[in-house]
Amino acid sequence: MDFPWLTVIGAVPLAGSALIAALPKALAPRARHLALGVSLITFVLTLVMAAQFELTRAGEIQFSEIHSWIGEFGVSYALGVNGIGLVMVALSTVLVPLCVLAAWNEIEPDRARLFFGLVLVLEAMMIGVFAARDLFLFYVFFEAMLIPVYFLIGAFGSSERRRYTAVKFLVYSLVGGLIMLVGVIGLYGSGPGGEQGFLIDNLTGLDFSSSTAERLMFVAFFIAFAIKAPMWPVHTWLPDATDEAPAGVSVLLVGVLDKVGTFGMLTLCLPLFPEASKWAAPVILALALVSVLYGALLAIGQTDLNRLIAYTSISHFGFIVLGIFAMTSTGQTGSTLYMVNHGFSTAALFLVAGMLIKRRGSADIDDYGGLQRSTPVLAAGFLLAGLSSLALPGMSSFVSEFMVLTGTFVKYPAVAVLATLGIVLAALYILLTYQRMFTGPIKEYAAGWKDASAREVWVIAPLVVVILFLGVYPKPVLDVINPAIATTMQQVGVTDPEPTVAEGENK
Amino acid sequence: MTAETGVYHAAEGAVLSNAWLLIALPALGAAILLLGGRRLDKWGHWLGVLMSWAAFAWGALLFFDLLGRSGEERAFQVHLFEWINAGTFSLDAGLLVDPLSIAFVLLVTFVGSLIHVYSVAYMEHDPDRRRFFAYLNLFVASMLLLVLADSYLLLFVGWEGVGLASYLLIGFWNHNPAYATAAKKAFIVNRVGDIGMALAIMAMFTAFGSVTFADVFAGAEAAGETKLTVIGLLLLVGACGKSAQFPLQSWLGDAMAGPTPVSALIHAATMVTAGVYLVVRSMPVYVGAPDAQLAVVIIGAITLTYGAIVGCAKDDIKKALAASTMSQIGYMMLAAGLGPVGAAFAIFHLLTHGFFKAGMFLGAGSVMHGMNDSVNMRTFGRLSGVMKVTWATFLLGWLAILGVPPFSGFWSKDKIIETAFVGDGWRPWVFGLAALLGAAVTAFYMSRLFFMTFHGKDKRWADDAHPHESPALMTIPMVILALGSAFLGLALGVTNALAHWLEPVLGHEEHHEPVLPIPVLMGATLVLVALGVLLAWRMYWNESVPQTAPRGSLLTRAARRDLFQDDVNEGLFMRPGQYLTRTLVFVDNRGVDGAVGGLAALIGGLGGRLRRVQTGLVRSYAASMLAGVVILLGGVLAVRL
Repeated sequence: MDFPWLTVIGAVPLAGSALIAALPKALAPRARHLALGVSLITFVLTLVMAAQFELTRAGEIQFSEIHSWIGEFGVSYALGVNGIGLVMVALSTVLVPLCVLAAWNEIEPDRARLFFGLVLVLEAMMIGVFAARDLFLFYVFFEAMLIPVYFLIGAFGSSERRRYTAVKFLVYSLVGGLIMLVGVIGLYGSGPGGEQGFLIDNLTGLDFSSSTAERLMFVAFFIAFAIKAPMWPVHTWLPDATDEAPAGVSVLLVGVLDKVGTFGMLTLCLPLFPEASKWAAPVILALALVSVLYGALLAIGQTDLNRLIAYTSISHFGFIVLGIFAMTSTGQTGSTLYMVNHGFSTAALFLVAGMLIKRRGSADIDDYGGLQRSTPVLAAGFLLAGLSSLALPGMSSFVSEFMVLTGTFVKYPAVAVLATLGIVLAALYILLTYQRMFTGPIKEYAAGWKDASAREVWVIAPLVVVILFLGVYPKPVLDVINPAIATTMQQVGVTDPEPTVAEGENK
Repeated sequence: MTAETGVYHAAEGAVLSNAWLLIALPALGAAILLLGGRRLDKWGHWLGVLMSWAAFAWGALLFFDLLGRSGEERAFQVHLFEWINAGTFSLDAGLLVDPLSIAFVLLVTFVGSLIHVYSVAYMEHDPDRRRFFAYLNLFVASMLLLVLADSYLLLFVGWEGVGLASYLLIGFWNHNPAYATAAKKAFIVNRVGDIGMALAIMAMFTAFGSVTFADVFAGAEAAGETKLTVIGLLLLVGACGKSAQFPLQSWLGDAMAGPTPVSALIHAATMVTAGVYLVVRSMPVYVGAPDAQLAVVIIGAITLTYGAIVGCAKDDIKKALAASTMSQIGYMMLAAGLGPVGAAFAIFHLLTHGFFKAGMFLGAGSVMHGMNDSVNMRTFGRLSGVMKVTWATFLLGWLAILGVPPFSGFWSKDKIIETAFVGDGWRPWVFGLAALLGAAVTAFYMSRLFFMTFHGKDKRWADDAHPHESPALMTIPMVILALGSAFLGLALGVTNALAHWLEPVLGHEEHHEPVLPIPVLMGATLVLVALGVLLAWRMYWNESVPQTAPRGSLLTRAARRDLFQDDVNEGLFMRPGQYLTRTLVFVDNRGVDGAVGGLAALIGGLGGRLRRVQTGLVRSYAASMLAGVVILLGGVLAVRL
């Protein structure tokens, strides 16, 4: 039997969190070291696993593990990833060490065990949700993931509103999750049943008795994912959550956890309900388009740095959904790459913002100004992260955004034209913010400020390197994604449009 | 008459296959200077200078390599690596070394390197000189990528790279809020143009399944006129943004906030001409789309007039030069829209303009250097006596832009005027006359600028001004550029060398006679130019210039306000946009959240629920949720039954 890579990669952070919980009070300040070590081990293990991933079979599920769990109900413990799952697992394990490092001095020592323990639990859940190959197991991770986030926001939020925000987050997610549960059970009912009745592979390609049933189940799944992603109009929990959450938690929340929404749309909604997906595509494209423009316009109007980043993400999630439901291989590959890139660029934005907020004691953009002279390194970090967010060519996000737009254009030119307006809005929300915070005369408040410390540079530099590298050479990631998307396209039963002008003799 | 397209040879030999060094060297310079930190402050600028000259040296090697081959053998594709492979979209990064790209490479690296040298002295007392040179290197690298890319998407990367460099350099002194605003404005307006550029690339992919020059140009021959017109118009939108053409011209004047060497290099000689490059490079697309060509010509004609009018009213020496740049690029656009013959003259004018305008900007910088950084020409006057070298180099630039024979502008601009008069029906008369009258207005405003600064009845210097000549590091580049202003046109024009050089790229087109005989046109141009100079002489040399600007006519006042470009943009886009975002923020906080909050209320009221959670009654909360699920499940089952 093969080595159970995914179980191990998920179990390491879980064990790490147990270890942290067991630390005696005297050793509480060591929790962060432990968390960093554990998350780095997890990352290295992921790299080792990724190295064994067979590119030629990237469209198929690899590292499969199947064990019967609750046989009577058809539930199995089944893990495995194709190219899409692999990049998402990798994204999660890359970001966690950086978030731990970012929170290094932010958490009081006596509460460090709780914080870092929860972060590691969250990591385990994220790996589980991206690797689950049993629908019920997916659902379990999908819901269980909420628990650590709920406590991270509720206990470590920045203001008195943190409890309200944590509950709001929980309510939104639970409502979505429960609606999905209806779909999950409904789908099981339509499937072959038996001991492995919840296996996603056994539920793919079903012949639904009525298209209404398929559509209803699709909608149940989609609502849950749309709340998670979040799309307009169910997005309002996100700005509140990032408003409260510590920077590192925001990174995991927006950078990884929300991707479960778009990941679910791409790897569950589409293959499980191909007809319904095609049926709903026009409406979803419209919602995605609204998200793109609405999120960007709202971002321009924000006065709070964290809320601003949250709204930019709503706009970006709009792009991701757009690419998925444009139903072209270019769009879907772009969307998958977008999920990865957005993870990095948003992480960079949140983390630099966190460093500034920590110094200034305020997230209000108008409390800043003139910082380019006093803290040039932080200013450069923010600008680079911002340029990545506005998808400047040369940065990784450009490749994905452009592929999404191109993939949409070939089928829905009007939608793509409107979505392209987003590139101007993105420039506005980034550059206006940069101008307000970093330009202008040096101000008094920043007199004693130190520029980025070595630790802070180590948090940001890896992200910047990845963003630039994948902008120039996205091939390693694309090679993993392409075959998986080809499989998805097949499952949905859609093909790419041919070029409209027949090419003359080749050259 | 179609251009010979899509025939690119695989690169051979060390010089060609390593053409990527052109881009890599300045990029490396920028990286070292940015990452090296303060410890490089002492000598970092020299590294920047070195990298720029190294790029020029490699460019020269490439030029001689191409020169040694026959015309049809001068287009080489340098394959670099597999860049993007996403679904059906597949694109390799590669460079195209051909006569057109090499012409740009030589201009960018030569003028760029001279300006690097000039900047060593100009920025000597700036604490951030190292960062300045990093950005200059970044600009050179991006600009070279722009002109060397072999696909539209890679060109777009360079396109945005120069935009970024421009943003960073306009805002180089962004502790001044107005300068920070100018930088942002330039980027945003360019992004509006980028919409066109991005959509053009998407449309190309949809039509041809590829975005490389080779495939697009090959496909263009088979494509219908409508498709090509759409692509051509979208590309034009992109070109308008980058080249400050109407209606996306508003950023260029404000961009003068950047240090003067930046204005010379980026906002006069090279980056702003990228739009012209784009149109000329895309000639096979435009050849099949006459309507798009007409649009290019119209935009060019409008902008050349617009810039010329604005240039007459500006008292700020840099803004007057900026208006002139806009106007001169209008000439190039107009020519580029006239097809292959016009395109060759567009590039010709682009090269001569690169020399004389960069020279004059450096001259303006030298004047500012001597006049406590003042840019107000009403505080200058009779500087010819104290700044002899600056004056002499500026004189040559002035003669060149006027089109006085035998200086450079005469060869390039007169050709454009002639070509504008070619054609049938109303077009040659409208476009020809616009170009002709533009020449007269150009003569007026450039003479006004020249006389107000260097000549006139009186010195209007501020009390603390002690004008002096600039150091040799500044004057030597000015002298070299002035020599180019004087002789480049002669060298390339008499022999028709440039047209021959570009013919493999643009294709051959038979010479057509203009609607008026050439000697008549040439005579008319010279007479009009002389009248323009004479008028300026009477107003600004022969009479004293008031220190404060007189109220002026309605047109003067409008021109001072750039013909209300900012007012229009504010009224049409900025204010409504601000209103829209404010409304949406309000609605999002109340409305959308409120509506979805109803969902929470459905479960029992968030506030009350919150307290109960805190008091530990989570179970009742979960129970009510479960009840909800049961109802939903029941609903689903009911439907399925």
